[in-house]
Parts: sequence; structure tokens; C-alpha cells
Amino acid sequence: MRIPCPHCGERGHEEFLYLGDAGVRRPDGMAEAKAGEPASRPWMDYVYLRPNPAGVHRELWQHVHGCRAWLVVTRDTRTHAISGAEDARTVALARDGAPA
Amino acid sequence: MRYSIFSLLSEALRGNTGWQPAWRDPEPKASYDAIIVGGGGHGLSTAYYLAKEHGLTNVAVVEKGYLGSGNVGRNTTIIRSNYLLPGNIPFYEHSLKLWEGLEQDINYNAMVSQRGVLHLFESDGTRDAAARRGNAMRLEGVDAELLDREGVRRLAPMLDFDSARFPVMGGLWQPRGGTVRHDAVAWGYARAADRRGVDLIQNCEVTGIRVENGRVLGVETTRGFIGAPKVGLACAGNSSRVAAMAGLQLPIESHVLQAFVSEGVKPLVDQVIIFGAGHFYISQSDKGGLVFGGDIDRYNSYAQRGNLPVIHEVMEAAVALMPSVSRLRVLRQWGGIMDMSMDGSPIIDKTPIAGLYINCGWCIGGFKATPASGWCFAHTIARDEPHRLNAAYRLDRFATGDLIDEAGTGATPNLH
Repeated sequence: MRIPCPHCGERGHEEFLYLGDAGVRRPDGMAEAKAGEPASRPWMDYVYLRPNPAGVHRELWQHVHGCRAWLVVTRDTRTHAISGAEDARTVALARDGAPA
Repeated sequence: MRYSIFSLLSEALRGNTGWQPAWRDPEPKASYDAIIVGGGGHGLSTAYYLAKEHGLTNVAVVEKGYLGSGNVGRNTTIIRSNYLLPGNIPFYEHSLKLWEGLEQDINYNAMVSQRGVLHLFESDGTRDAAARRGNAMRLEGVDAELLDREGVRRLAPMLDFDSARFPVMGGLWQPRGGTVRHDAVAWGYARAADRRGVDLIQNCEVTGIRVENGRVLGVETTRGFIGAPKVGLACAGNSSRVAAMAGLQLPIESHVLQAFVSEGVKPLVDQVIIFGAGHFYISQSDKGGLVFGGDIDRYNSYAQRGNLPVIHEVMEAAVALMPSVSRLRVLRQWGGIMDMSMDGSPIIDKTPIAGLYINCGWCIGGFKATPASGWCFAHTIARDEPHRLNAAYRLDRFATGDLIDEAGTGATPNLH
């Protein structure tokens, strides 16, 4: 399995550290709990629950033995075919906008 | 037909013309008292114990492929109960006890071989951890013995004691551990369940779970709808996919674990040997092949194959532990899909949906648990409440904080 790092080019996956699903979002710890569920519920979802799809998966890898950038890699979990890798920072900025 | 020395002799005299198929191949009925999804080791043992212990024989096991086509045939066949935590030890010890009586119970030769499991340590820290684990085991009545370097040398003289990067200091020895012929476990439970009236329905993939007003009604399959007031999921590797059909999201990631068999050699490894420094385990099959494996590949996967870097790591560990195997050739290599749970321990429990039960999250250690898993799951399904032995394996323990983190690595499925 080879990951196309946007900075270093295509490299073997043994140069990378795997973190997991890139779709999970750290909850806002100051938000009010939703009615009927404990305040810890969003944390339960964030820390433990995963969609775990058989198919296209967007996931976080860090190029620890290269440029050390965090990447969002799009990969099919049934075939290990990788269809793209982007800077995690770029993905986060596109999603959330620049920090205030 | 009951298997015995007499059936063997009479068939030998008749030229083996009288053997019957080991189980029927029935058409699915419109409904059952209970349906087990997944015809692997855990599903088949669940069906067997439902029939044997709870008198529930109007039961179907539905399997998308053929019986035993998943992880029950994709492991390294090791059985042991050398666990540390209170939620785990009694469960795995119960499993080992069931293994000890299994062949007589199901009238099938599963080649249960209690050759012993030797877990090596290579540092002061891992020695202390092994001593603690051994003490925890003995407090629960499990056999455990702490061996020093010479004790290990007597059992396994071929290990590298002299020039290793991580020299063997000793080992935790569980004499009652060993190996079992894994396919025979699936076949034996299948035959025993079939003989008690359970319908084993192969090539029948579940495509949906019908739920109405919070209660399960049955499963949609490629061979039509099958109704049942109770449905048990035992499809580790694909648990997330199947549970999603009922709208449940699980604390699980699917990962691939590879294993290997070498060419056959004369008896070399008499026990199961586990090498802590490299996370590596090895035993020798009765055919002479060395059966061994290491870590999971550490990324989500549903492909039943892994990649080269982990193969490299496993071979390095093998040669580090036993330099004498360096020129052996590997004959076969395969991958199985593991339910890696968020604390490294399994789940055998009811779900928020009435009548739907789940058995999942076996991580890399499901094979040894096959009998107790089925035994406890059958109890949970039949009585609608967990047995004392699986009471800790709750689905909601992640919300309540009652985790069973044997490895102490937290919510990192790829490190368990």
C-alpha cells in the first residue's frame, strides 16, 4: 500500500502512522447537553463509536518518517485502493474556515 | 451416525461407502424461535448450546458463505486463559474447561492438544507484569507457573538465549493451554447442532434486520425473509456492517490480522510460544508446519489480506526469537478481519432493540473463546439476560466507563 503524500510524493505506508477515521469531531465541551441524553453522550460518540464502513473511508495518517504532516487519505477498506491524500490542515480549513 | 472406533472399523470394512453427510442442508423455514447470524465458530457454538443447555432447537444459523468460511479458519488455533483482569479470567477459564471436554461433548475429533502456552518476558518490567498476571490467574484457580531462564531453556532449547537483542529472561507457563484444529471446531459444532435439530442455512446472506416498535421481527436474507422473536449476531469482522442494518453504531473498527505457515519440519516447537518483545506467537502443527503470526496491520480493513511491512515485522520477530528458522520457507499466508473493540475486550450482550442480541468485538483473540462465547451468548439469548461470566462484556460499558482494557492502551483499536 503506497500513500501519495502531497509533499513527498508516493511513499510506502510503513513511513506513516495511522490514527483512524477523519470524520470524528471533537465535541464542544461547553455545549449544553441535549434533552434526554447525558452530557457525556457526544464524548462517547467521539471517543468510541465509529461508522467503520466497508468501502470508501477517509482517515488520518501522519507521515512520521517523512515531512511529518497529518494527511486525510481516502481509501477503500475492501481493496486498500487509495484515491487521494490531502493535507489535514487544508481539509480542516475548508470545513471550519480560518480560526478567529 | 455417532462417530466411534466401531463406526470407523465398520466403515473401513465396507470400503467407506456408508458415511453420511455430517449435517443436513435444509431450506429456510418461514420462522424460527431464534436466528443466529453468522455460521462461524461462535455462531455455531451458540446454536449448539441453545439446543443443548436451553432446549431451544427451533433455531436457524444463517451464513452468507459456507460454514466456517470466516475467522474460525483464519487464526493460529491457540487456546489459553492467561488473562489478567477480573472480567476476563473467569470467562476464558470457562472456555478452556469447555475445550477440555469438547470432543466427548460434541462427539467430534477437534484435535484439542494441551501442549502448554509459554509467554516469554525479556525485561524486568515484563517479568513483573508476568508475575502479576500469573498471580491473578492462580487466584482464580487457573494454572500458571513463572519460569526462569533455565526453566524456559528446558522447554524450548532452540530459542536464542545467548546473542539476542532482547535476551529471554523467563516465561509465564500455562500447561493447560495449547492448540485446537480450528476447522474441526466449526464442523464439530455444526454437526452437533444439526443433530439436535438446528437448521444450518448456508449461502444465505442477511441483507436487513426487520425491527418494529423497538422489537426485532426477523432478518431479510438473499433467500427471503425469515422471522424470529430473537436474533443473535455473531459475525465478528463484519459486526459494524450487520449492526448498522438495525441502526446500531458499535465501538469497533475492522482490522486485518495476518498469519503464516511454514513448510513442514521435524518436531521443533513443542508448545505455543509467545514472544512479548516482538508481539509474535508460534506453534507447530501436527503436519510439521510452523504456524505463526504477529500484530494486526493497524489500519481499517475489510480485505482478507494484509501488506508487506507487517509480514516483514513478523519474520524479523521469528528470526530474533529462533534464528534456526531463518531459512525456512513460508508456504501460506492469509489475513482475517478482526472486530477491534475500543478497549480490546469483547461484547456479549442485549442491545437497545428487544430480541436483538450481539456477540462481537473479539479483537485478535476470538478463537480461544469459541466455546464460552457460544455458551454465554446462548444463555443471554435464551434467558434474555447475561450470565455471570459475560456480565462484564456489556455493550454500554463504553458509556458508563466500565472498560476492560487488558492492554492498557485506551481507545486505540489498532494497538490492542
